[in-house]
Amino acid sequence: MSSTIEFTINGKDITGRPGQTVLEAAQDAGVYIPRLCYMRGLAAFGACRVCTVLVNGRPQAACTQTVAPGMVVENNTEKMTAFRRNLIDMLFVEGNHFCMFCEKSGNCELQALAYRFGIAAPKYPYMFQPREVDMSHGDVFIDRNRCVLCGRCVRASRDVDGKHVFDFVGRGLHKRIAVNAEALLGDTELAVTDKAAEACPVGAIVKKRVGYAVPVGQRLYDHKPIGSEIESTAL
Amino acid sequence: MSDNLPAVVHEICQAHGGDRTRLMDIVRAMQQKFGCVSGPAMELLAKELSIHRVEIESLVSFYSFLSTRPKGQVVIRLCNDVIDQMAGADEVARAFEEELGIKFGQTTPDGKISLEYTACIGMCDQVPAALVNDVVVTELSTDAARRIVRELRKHGDPTRLVTRHGDGCNGHELVRAMVMNNIRQRGSIIFTPTNRGEAIRKALAITPAEVIRAVKTARLRGRGGAGFPTGMKWEFTRAAGGEQRCVLCNADEGEPGTFKDRVLLTEMPDRVFAGMTIAGYAIGADEGILYLRGEYAYLRAYLEQILAKRRQDNLLGNNILGKRAFKFDLRIQMGAGAYICGEETALISSCEGLRGDPKNRPPFPAQKGYLGRPTVVNNVETLCCVTKILEEGPATFAEFGSQGSTGTKLLSISGDCRSRGVFEVPFGIKLSEVLKLAGGEDAIAVQVGGASGQMVAREEFNRTICYDDLATGGSLMVFGPERNVLEVADKFMAFFVEESCGYCTPCRVGNVLLKDRLERITAGCGEPADLEYLQELGTTVKTMSRCGLGQTSANPILTTLKNFRATYNALVKKRGDGRQPAFDLAAAVAEAETIIGRKSTHAHA
Ligand SMILES: Cc1cc2nc3c(=O)[nH]c(=O)nc-3n(C[C@H](O)[C@H](O)[C@H](O)COP(=O)(O)O)c2cc1C
Ligand code: SF4
Repeated sequence: MSSTIEFTINGKDITGRPGQTVLEAAQDAGVYIPRLCYMRGLAAFGACRVCTVLVNGRPQAACTQTVAPGMVVENNTEKMTAFRRNLIDMLFVEGNHFCMFCEKSGNCELQALAYRFGIAAPKYPYMFQPREVDMSHGDVFIDRNRCVLCGRCVRASRDVDGKHVFDFVGRGLHKRIAVNAEALLGDTELAVTDKAAEACPVGAIVKKRVGYAVPVGQRLYDHKPIGSEIESTAL
Repeated sequence: MSDNLPAVVHEICQAHGGDRTRLMDIVRAMQQKFGCVSGPAMELLAKELSIHRVEIESLVSFYSFLSTRPKGQVVIRLCNDVIDQMAGADEVARAFEEELGIKFGQTTPDGKISLEYTACIGMCDQVPAALVNDVVVTELSTDAARRIVRELRKHGDPTRLVTRHGDGCNGHELVRAMVMNNIRQRGSIIFTPTNRGEAIRKALAITPAEVIRAVKTARLRGRGGAGFPTGMKWEFTRAAGGEQRCVLCNADEGEPGTFKDRVLLTEMPDRVFAGMTIAGYAIGADEGILYLRGEYAYLRAYLEQILAKRRQDNLLGNNILGKRAFKFDLRIQMGAGAYICGEETALISSCEGLRGDPKNRPPFPAQKGYLGRPTVVNNVETLCCVTKILEEGPATFAEFGSQGSTGTKLLSISGDCRSRGVFEVPFGIKLSEVLKLAGGEDAIAVQVGGASGQMVAREEFNRTICYDDLATGGSLMVFGPERNVLEVADKFMAFFVEESCGYCTPCRVGNVLLKDRLERITAGCGEPADLEYLQELGTTVKTMSRCGLGQTSANPILTTLKNFRATYNALVKKRGDGRQPAFDLAAAVAEAETIIGRKSTHAHA
């Protein structure tokens, strides 16, 4: 087997390694494929579906699809971007997101994706579901109103921290993040230094006493859209 | 019953070898004994199995038949499938509520009886139907519902509700069910006499590669819905590396309107198990699992006995029929109420003692399936076909049907027709001919392939049942002239909203949005732009979803938009006043009116 794999994304030649995913091979080549549940260093999850691309014409999540020689990948086509925008819209109406006073504002991947896609307001009606907030832990809180069920905390705690503090309960629209205790995060082994405490892409799992510390104008996505850090490495 | 929780937990875990992958069986046993898997029970189970409590909660909260809060000693689960509702399930529901004095989702104050709705239980040919614990009660009337409650109050024993037995093996001493087989038409492949052991003997006389070649020559394709060529699937699995391989038989049969696998398991379980054994020989597997949906628990003891007999007769176990070095055995894995577990990778998750979440693909089950082993998943009917192919040869099998679709197909027919039940028809038969067989000539629409299939209009009744035209796992729901196809579509959407596993965004959220907008239209509050909205949203869900559920869940809407456009057009309208049709001014100001204590003249003008 050769040690490199050649394929194309929107006509551009990309070189990947055997076993590598489309998303990571693209990233290494400076091509940004929008994503939310993906986090480097964690097992691929394939839940948000934002990274869906067409592989030889068929939809596949770029974070779980491995590269193959001659693969033809379509990423930022008008059609795929419209679908992705719809997914972001769905996440906004499923939860209760009030960006203007959220600690994560400006550093939030969901918000940043919305800006990148030019979403000013979602086109679907809000669901206004009641969700629980858990302030019981001394250093970290959970606000389920903002959770997008990406599972990054679940994987980080299980696979990196070796603790399994988080997991999902319920199914369908009733799916929620639960903790490894009767009810409260404060009764778990979570430490503020855990990977799980900083894996959240949105403001659902937040460290206490650091909110709003970075002034507006200096936050992660204040000047450049999400993904531009990858695109700027393109050859 | 022992109240000593730690001792019972220990006992149950030990009975399953303290094996975490058997968590489904363990929590099912707990549920049966205590009516729930409580918080303290989860703590103890976690310790006993060296896992985390939240892993157990994650699994328990996934399945409809499991719960963390106590349920009644008897749980009545009334099927609220659209076919049941057409037959008066709503009236039956009211009768249950009145007689019990509780609403659905509640338990009587004495803790004895719980009342719930459940999705299709595989009895659409004998509706309305319900489960009372594991006991199936069919063809319910309001009187029957009241009688059931009164009897349960008296003796609390669901098995005593069965006063007559169904046909065939439904009367077997280990089944004792009132369920009917309703086999309406027997064809040349499935419903034929069989010689127990013959197929396995013939398979063992040739090499595994030759068995696979026979299945390929017969051009057998999967009967579970996706229609993948069976021989090719087996070949991939055989070629995959690793020591151990596994054969899974998919008896989850959750697609609304199908019930033919139930009939096969009742009347020809030997043929199903023979098919699994042959698959095991062909791919080099020595273990198999029959995944039996929780709704069919009443068949379990009977099937276990058949398995025991097969072990006695050396049709399972070591050196099968004297073939040295060929061993194969199988176990039954019970489900617990989740349609998604029929999806092959979700089924594997469930067998492994996990939530029924589908897995990411690649890798495919043929490469990495059950516990990481190369795995074949086949439908019950597919495996019956395999047995027949080995018995009579691939050429005989391929004589029936058409070029791309050989053999026969079992159809489960329900709804507005005179003859409901299972029909074995040759592939290539026209839908109109099927309707004639079943006495459903008046139909205005037929839902082919269950909720995830397509709603076919009269103009297209000349289409044929086969993989290249109307491909189906076999569910045919017939709708007569008095039915409203959009209401039917709405019921199907409710099913998908309930059954989505929730893993991925488009299916979890999108189906809810689709259903809401369809409801708005059926309520007469839709506008023309809503049709565009449904089309675009439906396409998003279909394209972006992670597994077959989400990739087909928009079909009730997308296929009615295509085939019943006029019905939609008649319902949507533009309003002259510039407001959105869904906006109800009177309702919007109602709260304000009560506060200020007078009516708005404008809103009620
Ligand atoms: C949501 C969903 C539910 C399914 N339910 C069933 C089922 O109940 N029985 C079945 O045989 N296949 C079901 N399937 C298809 C299986 O994934 C798989 O394709 C099939 O069991 C393969 O067997 P076959 O090739 O013999 O048909 C389902 C698929 C999906 C996406
Ligand atoms: S499509 Fe639906 S059922 Fe399938 S993984 Fe996504 S949420 Fe689960």
